[in-house]
Amino acid sequence: MPDEELVLREITGALEELGKGTVPVTMETSLLHDLSLDSVTALDFVMQLETRLDIIIPMDGMAEIETIGDLVGVLTRGTGKAD
Amino acid sequence: MLAKLRALRSELAMVSAAGRNPFGVTFDSILSATEAILDGKRVLLLGTNNYLGLTFDQDCIDSAVTATMAHGTGTTGSRIANGTYGGHAALEQRLARFLGRRHAMVFTTGYQANLGTLSALAGRGDHLLLDADSHASIYDGAKLGNAQVTRFRHNDPDDLRRRLRLLADQPGEKLIVLEGIYSMLGDTAPLREMVEVKREASAWLLVDEAHSLGVLGAHGRGLAEADGVEADVDFVVGTFSKSLGAIGGFCAFDLDDFGALRVAARAYMFTASLPPSIVASVIQAIEAMEAQPQLRDSLRRNGQHLHAGLAAAGFVLGAMPSPIVSLPMPDRETAIRFWNQLLDAGVYTNLALGPATPGGRPLLRMSVSAALTPEQIDTAIAVITRTGQLLGLATAGLAAAE
Repeated sequence: MPDEELVLREITGALEELGKGTVPVTMETSLLHDLSLDSVTALDFVMQLETRLDIIIPMDGMAEIETIGDLVGVLTRGTGKAD
Repeated sequence: MLAKLRALRSELAMVSAAGRNPFGVTFDSILSATEAILDGKRVLLLGTNNYLGLTFDQDCIDSAVTATMAHGTGTTGSRIANGTYGGHAALEQRLARFLGRRHAMVFTTGYQANLGTLSALAGRGDHLLLDADSHASIYDGAKLGNAQVTRFRHNDPDDLRRRLRLLADQPGEKLIVLEGIYSMLGDTAPLREMVEVKREASAWLLVDEAHSLGVLGAHGRGLAEADGVEADVDFVVGTFSKSLGAIGGFCAFDLDDFGALRVAARAYMFTASLPPSIVASVIQAIEAMEAQPQLRDSLRRNGQHLHAGLAAAGFVLGAMPSPIVSLPMPDRETAIRFWNQLLDAGVYTNLALGPATPGGRPLLRMSVSAALTPEQIDTAIAVITRTGQLLGLATAGLAAAE
């Protein structure tokens, strides 16, 4: 399971790829309201992070993701080989 | 009660402000498989999924009328609680024979076919692997079941392989779900490569041939037939509401011990079964599909005709020629204006907006029918090109005009 520091680094990198690198990101940042990621874009964003971290996040765990903090929590519990 | 829908309501008002509500088009009458009357005006239907044009087939209509006279207008209940009619069993046998499968199970809609099949096949402790661009019925079927759901990149066998590798140590069956033709862009799954991945992982494979049944393959059995991999597809799901011109869905397979599926699939159990008229017209439509392979040739020609005409006009197109031709739109406002102006000019298409589209991008979606004449397609190309030029979308036309 990936640690929090690695996860945050990858989230920042993935947001830069999406052209959203200029938005200051904290654990409270909302995916929908601050980053304008709607439900489908958020799913695609999580898929991108799964690839970066070589992990899997079950879809039923994604419903609870509203903030970057939620996302970090879910990603650090993902199934995979990243360390 | 409806307060939670406020955001959706304002979005719908925004979408409808440019003219009509694109999700509430009401035809005065339907004249044929290719034409209708809307607000007193004749319109060309270029967004029906009526691939083989069988909705007005005289033999299908006669079968439906005869069945209604003989067995009544409806079954008034589910097959589990209220009994199976002879027609349901006959349709399942006819469909299984057409598909070269040992068994078929019929559902009341295609949506319910995915809902019932996926939720019953993949239970707690199992894994469903869904293509990211899967139809809503697949996502909803996955949600209804208790399996762990993993999404992989659209049409990416390597991403599927990687995810299956990560899941290799986990117990439970793995069921991969693909579609023959994806409904929004009209692209097909890279099925042969997906089958390789399926074999490597000893997973199961379900292919939803909703848009490819009657369309692809020498006999119209879909993408699996076209790609020569039917033996590797464990479950075929499909619908009667597109090529077969009616409504209903199915799942077909070769597993013998499947009786329990009928009492496990909630979308099969807790809904009324198909009425006799639909069952009869679908059986007749399967006969027509088998007896008239030329319908498939016309469909293919019509798809290529529309695709080539729009490409020549300078439109950017969504995928290779298929019965579905989609034009990606630069933004939502342009898509809405384009759709409204086409309808004003007598061409009915589908406006597809996020989140129902890949990546949430707006699309102007069209689907051709075997019943369209070359003249009708030429008319459509001319109208779409003229309208597109006014919106700055058909670049070749603009360049030629300058």
